[in-house]
Amino acid sequence: MQQSVKSDGITPSQTVGPFFKYGLTPNGEYAWNDAFTNSTLTPDVSGDRIRIEGRVFDGDGVAVPDAMLEIWQADAQGRFSDPQDKRALPNASFRGFARCGTDKDGNYSFETIKPGAVPDPDGKPQAPHILLAVFGRGMLRHLYTRIYFSDEAGNAADPVLALVPADRRATLTAVREPGKPVYRLDLHLQGDDETVFFDV
Amino acid sequence: MTFVYPTDSNKAHPLPLSPDYKSSIKRAPNKPLIPMRHTLSELTGPVYGHETVREGDNDLTTQHSGEPIGERIIVHGHVRDEDGRGVPNSLIEIWQANSCGRYIHVRDQHPAPLDPNFTGAGRTVSDASGYYRFVTIKPGAYPWGNHHNAWRPAHIHLSVFGYSFVTRLVTQMYFPNDPLFPFDPIFNSVPDEKARARMVSSFDLENTKPEWALCYRFDIVLRGKNATPMENH
Repeated sequence: MQQSVKSDGITPSQTVGPFFKYGLTPNGEYAWNDAFTNSTLTPDVSGDRIRIEGRVFDGDGVAVPDAMLEIWQADAQGRFSDPQDKRALPNASFRGFARCGTDKDGNYSFETIKPGAVPDPDGKPQAPHILLAVFGRGMLRHLYTRIYFSDEAGNAADPVLALVPADRRATLTAVREPGKPVYRLDLHLQGDDETVFFDV
Repeated sequence: MTFVYPTDSNKAHPLPLSPDYKSSIKRAPNKPLIPMRHTLSELTGPVYGHETVREGDNDLTTQHSGEPIGERIIVHGHVRDEDGRGVPNSLIEIWQANSCGRYIHVRDQHPAPLDPNFTGAGRTVSDASGYYRFVTIKPGAYPWGNHHNAWRPAHIHLSVFGYSFVTRLVTQMYFPNDPLFPFDPIFNSVPDEKARARMVSSFDLENTKPEWALCYRFDIVLRGKNATPMENH
């Protein structure tokens, strides 16, 4: 039995700051090796390969060049690479996690697969979605949002989207580019087009 | 074990808008966050273990041909959940300034020297009991442009994963009795004094290595309580 030590609370969050790049997203620009890239793809992964791209903006509409984005998602069958998901996992090496730093113009992109539907706590299907965490200088704690897909009929019945005022749902919906496996979603940390963030 | 993640626990975190920290003013959402029930998407999370870490990644003093300048220190502790159980096999990433308060980053303009033998990034994985350990150099304080004569207290940045995507934590570890604490808007963005104290490491004489390195202990408490009804809140 492990030693158990009671605490009076969790460790508070602090900003990732402006100088995380050489440690968390070196991406060939710094000598440290990357633990993660902006791709979840593995050789054996099944499903439709897609690219999700966009820009991150602050409350003045200025591009955020020093944000870090992380995604977490199910595979194309809607299964998570985590022992807490007790269902069978068909993509043995697929992890479903990726990390990307924004560039000087606030651009980010992820190479991944379109996730399958995942059940909600009542067992009803949620529309395909990806969890997104946004970190950055000026952000004392990361923010959580979700990426949905414009070409999914299931969005209309999704229980989480239903919590969001109808006129703000577009901030969660990546839009498919015609004829290409590419989806676009800009993030607005503040302002009229402010992205919906969830209290999870 | 099945965990729950009460949103009440998040009260320890800073509010998104902390006006004394100038950069938060245009980057904090103005609209309230939307509460939702955790689904399988929130309750699961990436599991990264030893395959992510190379031998020696947890010793920031031996990554180059020579020894870095500065005060060699050991930083160690446990990653725990809210019930006090160790969180095993959890990836911990750190990054920090060198002993002069300078980061290896193209945007760091502080006129303090870089150290060719210190690049300030490390990784490790907690063991079966949640224990982790780094060897590094004590970082220096450094000036920043937030307000007149603003200086950050010495700190080490940490990134921790835990059991689920909602346990994800990025924080900063501070050193005991830093005289800059009262003047730092990032440290003071955490509203509760006891919560702020949980970001400060403690001097650990017992684990100091004589003739070699001082030691600091920093325990990290992530969200997560046992989901059985007795302990559920």
